[in-house]
Amino acid sequence: MNSSVIIFPGSNCDRDMDVALKKFGFKNEMVWHNDEKLPKSDLIVLPGGFSYGDYLRCGSIAGKSKIIKSVIDFAEKGGLVLGICNGFQILTETGLLPGVLQQNKNIEFICKNVFVKVNNKNNKYFNSIDKDVLELHIAHNEGSYFCTDEELKMLKDNNLVAVSYCNEKGEVNEKSNPNGAMQNIAGIFNKEKNILGMMPHPERMIDKYLSGEDGSIFFKNLLNNLK
Amino acid sequence: MTTVNEQVAIDHGLKKDEFKKICDLMKRTPNLTELGIFSAMWNEHCSYKSSRKHLKDLHTQGKRVIQGPGENAGVIDVDDEDAIVFKIESHNHPSFIEPYQGAATGVGGIMRDVFTMGARPIANLNSIHFGSTQHKKTKNLLRGVVKGIGGYGNCIGVPTIGGQTCFDESYNGNILVNAMTLGLVNKKKIFYSKAAGIGKPVIYVGSKTGRDGIHGASMASAVFDDKIEEKKPTVQVGDPFTEKLLLEACLELMADDSIISIQDMGAAGLTSSSIEMASKGKLGIELDLSKVPCREEKMTPYEIMLSESQERMLIVLENGKEENAKKIFDKWDLDFAIIGKTTTSKKIKLYFDSKKVADIPIDFLAEDAPEYDRKWKKTKLPQKIKFKKENFKSLKVNNCLIKLLSNPNICEKKWIWNQYDHTVMGDTIQKPGGDAGVVRIHGTEKAVAASVDSSATYCFAHPLSGGRQVVCESWRNLISVGAEPIAITNCLNFGNPEKEKNMGEFVECVQGISEACKYLDFPVVSGNVSFYNETKDKGIKPTPSIGGVGLLKNYKNMLTMDLKNEGNVILVIGKTEGHLDQSVFARGILNEKKGPPPEINLFNEKNNGSTVMKLMREKLILSCRDVSLGGILIAIAKMCIKGKKGVKLNKLKSLINKFEFFFSEDQGRYIIEVSKKNLKKIENILKENSVHFDNLGEVQKDNYITIDNEKISVDELSKHNKNWLMEYMVQ
Repeated sequence: MNSSVIIFPGSNCDRDMDVALKKFGFKNEMVWHNDEKLPKSDLIVLPGGFSYGDYLRCGSIAGKSKIIKSVIDFAEKGGLVLGICNGFQILTETGLLPGVLQQNKNIEFICKNVFVKVNNKNNKYFNSIDKDVLELHIAHNEGSYFCTDEELKMLKDNNLVAVSYCNEKGEVNEKSNPNGAMQNIAGIFNKEKNILGMMPHPERMIDKYLSGEDGSIFFKNLLNNLK
Repeated sequence: MTTVNEQVAIDHGLKKDEFKKICDLMKRTPNLTELGIFSAMWNEHCSYKSSRKHLKDLHTQGKRVIQGPGENAGVIDVDDEDAIVFKIESHNHPSFIEPYQGAATGVGGIMRDVFTMGARPIANLNSIHFGSTQHKKTKNLLRGVVKGIGGYGNCIGVPTIGGQTCFDESYNGNILVNAMTLGLVNKKKIFYSKAAGIGKPVIYVGSKTGRDGIHGASMASAVFDDKIEEKKPTVQVGDPFTEKLLLEACLELMADDSIISIQDMGAAGLTSSSIEMASKGKLGIELDLSKVPCREEKMTPYEIMLSESQERMLIVLENGKEENAKKIFDKWDLDFAIIGKTTTSKKIKLYFDSKKVADIPIDFLAEDAPEYDRKWKKTKLPQKIKFKKENFKSLKVNNCLIKLLSNPNICEKKWIWNQYDHTVMGDTIQKPGGDAGVVRIHGTEKAVAASVDSSATYCFAHPLSGGRQVVCESWRNLISVGAEPIAITNCLNFGNPEKEKNMGEFVECVQGISEACKYLDFPVVSGNVSFYNETKDKGIKPTPSIGGVGLLKNYKNMLTMDLKNEGNVILVIGKTEGHLDQSVFARGILNEKKGPPPEINLFNEKNNGSTVMKLMREKLILSCRDVSLGGILIAIAKMCIKGKKGVKLNKLKSLINKFEFFFSEDQGRYIIEVSKKNLKKIENILKENSVHFDNLGEVQKDNYITIDNEKISVDELSKHNKNWLMEYMVQ
């Protein structure tokens, strides 16, 4: 399986993502933001970081970058696009996903392990994943998901809330919400479920010496689903 | 243009006799630009004029040392092709005036020092000291500093893996922000600041120059008064995104052999970077300041030379490599300008609009800079306090433990490190909150451990012992995570060196550091000195911060402090004498602030540490923590909290009372968890090596620390330990 990771000048999880994808068997290529064409890929990843500094709104300049046109084309043709953290922020800026990521409720950067509940397994990302609750890691300042009532209704009606913050037992409640995200939303799909944006970083949880190993489950499963 | 006279020189922070020396050397009165350059190069921050004499005594050699003090950062060999570049630096004065930007640019500056040498930063740490938690400024300063450190490091994508936070009223008017960075470099691809060759192009890269930070280094070399608000414009403003671009662009350019020398524009900006390069290479340098990219209009040569705008570098390139270098900086959207060349003149000559604006022999600025042998006073070892039985009569271990675990200097600092990205780069295997942070060397079996320590209370009571102690503490912290200690970097934060007492504290702390480093073969490879941490005549306690670095040959052998399994035995390595003077217990519970700090026995320190390492190599230790603030019981409580386990303590067989046994801060001790089946073997190794140890008790499944008939809930202790800072910050 071929994957591509887009590097914006301020990306800082691009290498981590490259390491993770290769570890689980993807043939990965790095693509520079000023390129216009994408290599042949089964999966495009927008990694975490600060794309163009994000002094304006997170991901807003990246949403207008050169490469992004090809990413949008690829996504609209049904290609798999995964945006993690800053990648998720960029996807909402391009309009490929609804809503916005606001500053965390406690107005502080948060770096810690969280649990997320997998709400929908009927897609390439989570199909046949054998866990309902994953322990992943968040590291962001703007991760509080927000959208209009209509958008929220659309997400709910179509079961597009991919993952929600929860506790170890899978209970979704206010206490398990780290950043004030609307209804504990940690990640969402587009209608066709080929695009997934989420704040947690699976690429930081890929061996037992790190913060945990549930990221491995995510990548292994994704690769299997693409085969 | 202002006419230069003695008063103008004094306004620049120069002393009368220093101004006279300048005029004598130059055989004329310097113009304003030249005076500005002198003031920047001759201030304490850049010239080390009060400290140089004593720093020469530091122990700086070792078999793994590739580069000692004197470069942008120190470099140590960590086997194979790999070397670690590291340094700690202060940003105290700016952080007190503007905590966010002051701390942020402190982090930015130290990272630049590291990647200037060709290394990719792989870990950040910091040591931050604030005033009393009751002081009205403390909370805001803490919030601002933490945000600033996070704001910068998080954006660049370098994990912050550890640090230290202290509160003490001596920092009420002068907080300390010391930032440390470790970078990884190929041994054969290290870049230095020494220029070489004649007629080589001098290149300016990075951000444009603005009016921010002018006289920053001079500000950092003066004491504060009531007018510190007016000094805000001397604080630089950080742009981590540009630094990230600069980092990537520099590393890309460093992949081939175009760079002869490279220096970041830190304190005193273009002035010190150009002069240092030329001075080290025994060359001259000629710059056309009209070519410097400026972000503000009508900047004068004076302002351009003294600006401390961030995220800028000066590079001497090989001839003919300009075009290729420019391509790289264009790719990263950074300014690139050829602003001058190296010459044989041994002078710095500056031009602006085709006119010569400065002409100074380099030696006048560097080698001829003043060096002072300041007067200093020895600190006598205080009398030992005789604690009486009544002192302890009404005390309960449980209550003491709760009080100490929620002491601001002992409590868990999660509120702080949750705001630092500590997992980016995917190699952090020991997060903040342990004895040391540990990151793997990417793609290898190796890992490096790093910690930062200070012990201002001890250093204040007796600087010589304090200096020794803080080095030993650093060495112990590294051993406690399973690393072999290699070298340190030190950030020496002191008061006004013109006062004999403060100068004495400096001299004796340095002496203590040097002795311990020599004995433990734990050399100093880099560092900086920050004097004048004083407001309205009140100086800080002497605070050397020691950043230690160690190597784990196989990261799978790393140790953590969380207790592992019930039934295992807990040992304390090293002798417990019951020294309570200057301990957190004495201050916090007995309200006794006098007395000497615990004695450092370097032989025991080394012997105990080496033997613990021996046990580790034989994989006999399951968890480990060094005994530091708060003594044995605090160490055990933290191990219980982390491991979510209890401990049943044996009946004391000691001659001292239980408070002295549990809370004394005798040095050279470790708590280790071992399995019962290995106990005999371990005891034999300890005995063979003449290491004193005591068997403290057993790990329990239930969440209680049991002492005699007293049962203390670990959950309860954990709550107090974890909540204090969170609650303090939201109050």
